[in-house]
Amino acid sequence: MKAYNIYITGVGGQGIGLLSQAVLRGIDHAGINAIAVDTHGLAQRGGVVVSQIRCGDQIHSPLIMKNTADLVLGIELHEALRGLGLALRKGGTLVYMDVSWQPLPVRLGLDSAISAEDVQMACKAGGSMAIKVDTTAMKDSRMQNMALLGTIAKHGLIPGVLTEHYVAALEDLLSGELLNKNKALFDAYTDE
Amino acid sequence: MKKLGDLLVGKNPFEEILMGNEAIVRAMIETGTKVVTSYPGSPTPEIATAIQSIPDDKRPFYFEFSVNEKVATEVAFGAALNGNLSCAFYKSVGLNVALDTFVQLGLMNIIGGMVIVLGDDPGANSSQNEQDNRNILKMSRTVVFEPASPQEAYEYYKLAATLARKEHTVVVVRMTTHVCHARQKISVDAYTAGNTYQTDFDSKNGPYIALTSMALDMKRESIKRLHRSGQYIKDAGLNKEITSNNNQKKGIITSGLPYRSVLDVFEKARFRPDILKLGAVNPLEETCILSFLKTHDEVLILEELDDILEVQIKSLAYDSGLKTRVIGKTDDEDYVGEYTPDKAMDKISLVWPDMINDNAKTGVLPIQVPDRPAQMCPGCGHRSAFFAIKKALAQEDITVADIGCHTLGYMPPYNIGEILMCMGASTGMASGLSLFNDKKKVVAFLGDSTFFHAGLPGLINTIFNNHNITLVIMENGTTAMTGHQDHAGTKIPIKDLLKGFGIEPVFSCDTYKQSELTDMVKTAMQTKGFSVVIAHHPCMLKFTRLQRKKSGFVQQHITINQETCTKIHNCVERFGCPTFIRNPNGRVDINLDLCIGDGSCRPSCPEQAVGFDKGAK
Repeated sequence: MKAYNIYITGVGGQGIGLLSQAVLRGIDHAGINAIAVDTHGLAQRGGVVVSQIRCGDQIHSPLIMKNTADLVLGIELHEALRGLGLALRKGGTLVYMDVSWQPLPVRLGLDSAISAEDVQMACKAGGSMAIKVDTTAMKDSRMQNMALLGTIAKHGLIPGVLTEHYVAALEDLLSGELLNKNKALFDAYTDE
Repeated sequence: MKKLGDLLVGKNPFEEILMGNEAIVRAMIETGTKVVTSYPGSPTPEIATAIQSIPDDKRPFYFEFSVNEKVATEVAFGAALNGNLSCAFYKSVGLNVALDTFVQLGLMNIIGGMVIVLGDDPGANSSQNEQDNRNILKMSRTVVFEPASPQEAYEYYKLAATLARKEHTVVVVRMTTHVCHARQKISVDAYTAGNTYQTDFDSKNGPYIALTSMALDMKRESIKRLHRSGQYIKDAGLNKEITSNNNQKKGIITSGLPYRSVLDVFEKARFRPDILKLGAVNPLEETCILSFLKTHDEVLILEELDDILEVQIKSLAYDSGLKTRVIGKTDDEDYVGEYTPDKAMDKISLVWPDMINDNAKTGVLPIQVPDRPAQMCPGCGHRSAFFAIKKALAQEDITVADIGCHTLGYMPPYNIGEILMCMGASTGMASGLSLFNDKKKVVAFLGDSTFFHAGLPGLINTIFNNHNITLVIMENGTTAMTGHQDHAGTKIPIKDLLKGFGIEPVFSCDTYKQSELTDMVKTAMQTKGFSVVIAHHPCMLKFTRLQRKKSGFVQQHITINQETCTKIHNCVERFGCPTFIRNPNGRVDINLDLCIGDGSCRPSCPEQAVGFDKGAK
């Protein structure tokens, strides 16, 4: 399989780790070679966090070259837009959540916040496809990741990886009540 | 999937997706490593997390967080003198702390063998510099293996353990950040349990006292040991040549993660130079390097950070009278930053412009997004401390930072901490700044884990030499920044220690009592000589995680009374908790995903418009 690059970005504290591991394990369950790397350390304290996943046959470093990501997943609006500029290739796909965690310069009144419209316009200008994930009905924000994962599965965005593979990945990573809750949410977003 | 801890101690071979740091732990187990020590620091703390995922009764070795990297090295060395294979692991700059002990290791006959796993940080992702520790490892004549992937991290640790036992020496496995944190399916061998703790120290195995002429004899022996290790490196096949039938007599010598960057660049290449991939970067295997040089017209040394390989390889080529063109660093930027696939692409394109098919980056238009620096967490006790202490400081006073989450106080809106060096340096630097300085007060900050790690000598020096400074100890009861590891303060109260040093009074205040803390710091700053304030509050990230696990837990939140709010923005602009949302029309709201309902923000509002929502008791 041709190399396929996935760039996941958000804010430290949003739980990017679980999403990244679920995607990586989903790819593995589909029998596809993969390598990944996450941000660790100080950035996890409310800074930008990035997880990079590469799959296919001819992949070596876990780090994705600039503007060669086929898929960017933005868990937060500002980071979705930043990821779009840094990582997405022309014609790639951005899946993002309409969630905003204002960065410091915005809160200090020194800069303007990014809106969903800004993200849509940038995608249009760059010739990329944008999929917005609506999470307004969600009660527990810490499970927003599952909305993203469900959306990836629903649209079959990662070639060769099916819904059942993501489910198997979740079963690897979670158990008991937590698994049930996350799976229910995942299912809600995979349904047509 | 089994739980990580059960997986790591499994008897049978298996294939599983593991992080480089986790793969190291499986290798520790298989090789019968018996004593493991560390001080937490990125990029290596997940080694400890993986170790601690193994229940105590199933873990086949002893593990401790030592008080600092130097002590960790000493404990591991002592255990190895008893005949145990031991391991210490720490981050790049941790080696600086361990150095006094570390440089002696090469002189010693380490009966059990020692492996040190070192997490270097090219790109300074989570360190105060990106120092290339190969400089130090060369100086100390230490054997160094450099894995490029989680699979190699596992394999190289095992080879390092074998060599360390065979030669009674120390071998370093030098990882870098994105090797430590890479996740990949790796395959591991079977594990046979059985070796026991040894207590066979015998001074006859020495000498272990390197004094006067002994030191020189021991150095001679260490040089011989390094030669013998060179033979082992050759026999183990650590250095590999990857040949291409379309090489145009060009070659690349590289190692570690840059090797994988090169492979990615080759995916877009018209021709592919041969690669000599070095698994051992000290000592260098001269025969294979010379033969590689002889068979190519042009050889590019693609190495991250410093020109350690380049200088040695050029010297080899010179001594052998070779005419091969050896290309190394050509620009100052070649010494800076991680050799990502992008950086490798740029360097290779510069050296061989016709090699790459398509180097055009076809992204979307440049996009401006506000920066997002790291922040103290919602409810963080350090935020309350900085907010309160700022009121005690005059404009001209000097504030000195130290390493920890509280370093983030240097950023707006607090701007507290104008100088940062390394672990525990604040007190000493503050003392120097206070000399002949009657006009400005000097206030130093120090974390509680750092207090024990490297803070004590500076603090005692301040007492001994009567320096006129105020020290604020930011006590949160844990080593928070690296993932909440325990530290000595859980057993030895800092306040008792300070009293024992004769410091009187020792001011101490919960940081949520902001006005009390402001007054206390003011009083301390007016005290002539050395004064200490313990500004304590438990790490709220750790606390909140524990709370959420309790059944029936209801998250309460802060709410803004929009009727009484006069939009002066003290909460969002001066207190600065990331929970506050600033709307374009000036209205302030609460981000319910972030707010932990601690209420530490409430004193910041003179209108009392910041209150609790209905969930509050």
